[in-house]
Amino acid sequence: MSLETDVRALESELEDADHTRRRQRSSLWTELGDWLRQPGALLAAPPMLLLALGFLGPLLLVAAFSLIPPKTFDLGGAWTIRNYVDIVTESYWISFAWSFALATVTVILLMLICYPLAYAMTKVFGRAANILTLLLVIPLFVSENIRLFGWVLSLVKGGVLPGAAELWLGLDISGLLYTVPAIVLGLVYVYLPFMLFPMVLGLSMVPDRLREAAVDLGASRWQLFREIELPLAMPGILIGCLLTFILALGSLAESKILGGSAIVMIADDIESAFTFAQNWPKGAALSVLLIVLAGGLVFAVLSRLDLDKILGRG
Amino acid sequence: MGALTTSPLMKRLLAVWIGAILVFLYLPMAAIALASFSRQRYFRFPVPRFDTRWYEDAFTSLSVRDLLWTSLTVAAIVTVISVVLAFLGALAFARYDWKGRTIYQKLLLLPIFFPQAVLGLALLLWYSALGIPTSWMTAVFAHLVWILPIATLVISIQVYGFNPAWEEAAYDLGATRWQVFREVTLPVLWPGIFSGALFSFLLSWGNFPLSLYTTGADSTIPEWLYAKMVSGYTPLVPTLGTLTTVGAALLLLGAYATIMLVRRARRAEDGG
Repeated sequence: MSLETDVRALESELEDADHTRRRQRSSLWTELGDWLRQPGALLAAPPMLLLALGFLGPLLLVAAFSLIPPKTFDLGGAWTIRNYVDIVTESYWISFAWSFALATVTVILLMLICYPLAYAMTKVFGRAANILTLLLVIPLFVSENIRLFGWVLSLVKGGVLPGAAELWLGLDISGLLYTVPAIVLGLVYVYLPFMLFPMVLGLSMVPDRLREAAVDLGASRWQLFREIELPLAMPGILIGCLLTFILALGSLAESKILGGSAIVMIADDIESAFTFAQNWPKGAALSVLLIVLAGGLVFAVLSRLDLDKILGRG
Repeated sequence: MGALTTSPLMKRLLAVWIGAILVFLYLPMAAIALASFSRQRYFRFPVPRFDTRWYEDAFTSLSVRDLLWTSLTVAAIVTVISVVLAFLGALAFARYDWKGRTIYQKLLLLPIFFPQAVLGLALLLWYSALGIPTSWMTAVFAHLVWILPIATLVISIQVYGFNPAWEEAAYDLGATRWQVFREVTLPVLWPGIFSGALFSFLLSWGNFPLSLYTTGADSTIPEWLYAKMVSGYTPLVPTLGTLTTVGAALLLLGAYATIMLVRRARRAEDGG
């Protein structure tokens, strides 16, 4: 095994030396040509082109729009940071704060809810986990607003839960809908699979033999969790947290459908700037702020992870 | 070994936890189904009288037929394009070692980690700046931006398990490039491609935030449902909601059964 890795290291070193020698001789263009001739680069080109046109382009345009005077639609004029100044001086920090707070609460709740479930799916129930996975996946494919509307019907005065509580328990719980807890419920509900499945991936990376060894050496259940399972499953858990945090941060439908007008989240502000207010530059500046905050987080976490290890050799 | 087995009490607790989560996940869908069979225009629980009249309305309504058609067209086209591109993208993601691969892997995943509503608005801005009128076709493109990375990820997981030596062996035995692709690569990667297609179709079918800003005058089912939820409730909302839910579930179960059957057939072939 170690001999094999040594040989491989030597080979790649020789290859690198070869590359450097060639690079010294060749111009930039032939280098680009060489790079493109790699089968991987060639295959990656079509998807990357699509994302350049459909993701990078729009984002750059949004960034450009955030720098033109408020309520204008012309990119040719003078550039200004007025929109950012406006955002800081007006009360937009409130919706940013609500979004961050609700996203944080959602992530914490989801970690607590999903860990036992992911543990059961990977380590306890074996074959039955397949059916369970299917049952947990199905809701993901039903439009999010239909499912949220199901919660409206469940929580609304005279709906399923208040109706049942009154009928069987004689309780009046009709004030559930259009509150902050209802929004959190919606966020937890919609993003549960996005925490669960990365966590399952992470936990399935914990080898059973290692757990057995730890137990044989006298580790308690808590030690097993704290020192074996949690650290080894961490990449998956991190991806789950990141995914749910970002999605909750930019969520729109939950606060609109379940929250009524209880609070305004940042995506709400962005949407109304673009639509009702017809103030594209301000909407663009708000988007840029959200993207920078979220994107910084994504890069910080993703750069620490080795995707090959998580997805391939788990 | 024995020390690792979960105690019966623990197992029961976990089973209860799973049951509670399943109830949590399916309660709102049950509520929608209940509302769709309720005779009254406005939902109350317990439901006083059941009826199927809203389904008759839904099946005879012309606007519902239009919505279905738009949603189906968008989802079908998204599926075809995303599977072809994701197949290439997955080979680059997991099969070949090349300079720039780790950066590519991370760039490709960015759209998944991006608030969809903001992406939809950014695309709306983009289309209007380029002078492209929005219709269901621009929605196809918008869906692809979000769905292609997911499909690539799904197929990549299959590609990781693929051994390049199989292809090389086929070349050594004198197979042409096309034969290798058709007889070795494709059959081995088939389950991944199939799940990639399924994910693409269903995620496009159910997508709301991207469709909302990019379909222009056309409308998909989730969009229409949202408009009705916000402006004026009609019992067609739970009815269509139930129909799309049942449709998605049937498609998934059918796909699951197909995979199982194909696996069994292959195993029988290998045995005989």
